[in-house]
Amino acid sequence: MKELVEILAKALVDKPEAVDVKLLEQEKSILIELRVAPEDVGKVIGKQGRIARAIRQVVKSAAAKSRKKVVVEIM
Amino acid sequence: MKEAVKSGKTVEEALGAALEELGVGPDSVTVEVLSEPAKGLFGILGSKPAVVKVVCKETAGAKASLLVKNIIEAIGLGGEVSFQENQETIYIEVSGEKMGVLIGRRGETLNALQYLVGLAVNRTEGDRKRIQIDIEGYRKKREETLQELAHKLADKAKRRGRNVVLEPMNPQERRVIHIALKGRDDIYTFSEGEEPFRKIVISPRK
Repeated sequence: MKELVEILAKALVDKPEAVDVKLLEQEKSILIELRVAPEDVGKVIGKQGRIARAIRQVVKSAAAKSRKKVVVEIM
Repeated sequence: MKEAVKSGKTVEEALGAALEELGVGPDSVTVEVLSEPAKGLFGILGSKPAVVKVVCKETAGAKASLLVKNIIEAIGLGGEVSFQENQETIYIEVSGEKMGVLIGRRGETLNALQYLVGLAVNRTEGDRKRIQIDIEGYRKKREETLQELAHKLADKAKRRGRNVVLEPMNPQERRVIHIALKGRDDIYTFSEGEEPFRKIVISPRK
């Protein structure tokens, strides 16, 4: 799942080398923290969070099997 | 990147064999002639075949389909990804088992995926290309469902003499409905509201 967020983020930003993803597994949920270069933040959030919403939607499908809630935070 | 090295009696023959192996047209490759054919003595001694190296060009379609493949693998699904492209549009076909999760409820996940791949491909490229991703023929089936729904609701609008408002849809799905009802003269259609909640209204003609 970490890999998935990494692939998506790297495809969207101008500075893929600055993409950093951390996965924190909690009891009932998985927290994924995504960090990108400051100038790329808009490219992973989008107008009114449209890109962030699409990323979360795709990640949710990957999490369907694990039965855990997945939260993607953009830092 | 895909490439093939082939030999033949002539450069053309070698090129043809390479294109066949890669399964692409001559427009999407770069060709390098490694050695020209030589006749040799009496056509036997010292004759050399033509050898060419053919490399698939990194087209937007190739990039897009590779991205889709990587995403599917990262999700943990196995599937085949193929693509076709023309001037305006890149069509990506995904087939495989258990693709339901990748489609999502009413194609939500598929639409999100298509949106993200579209952004990624058009991020750098000068001319924008429309991306259309289909999974196991889902879009075609959905299109037929929408056309049926459109006519059913158009009949309802006419019967009741009142507007029928549909649920919010994305531009592509709205387009299918507008086109499906374009030929009818008893009703007309328009859209209202702001994305992403824009919806179609079917209105009876008086």
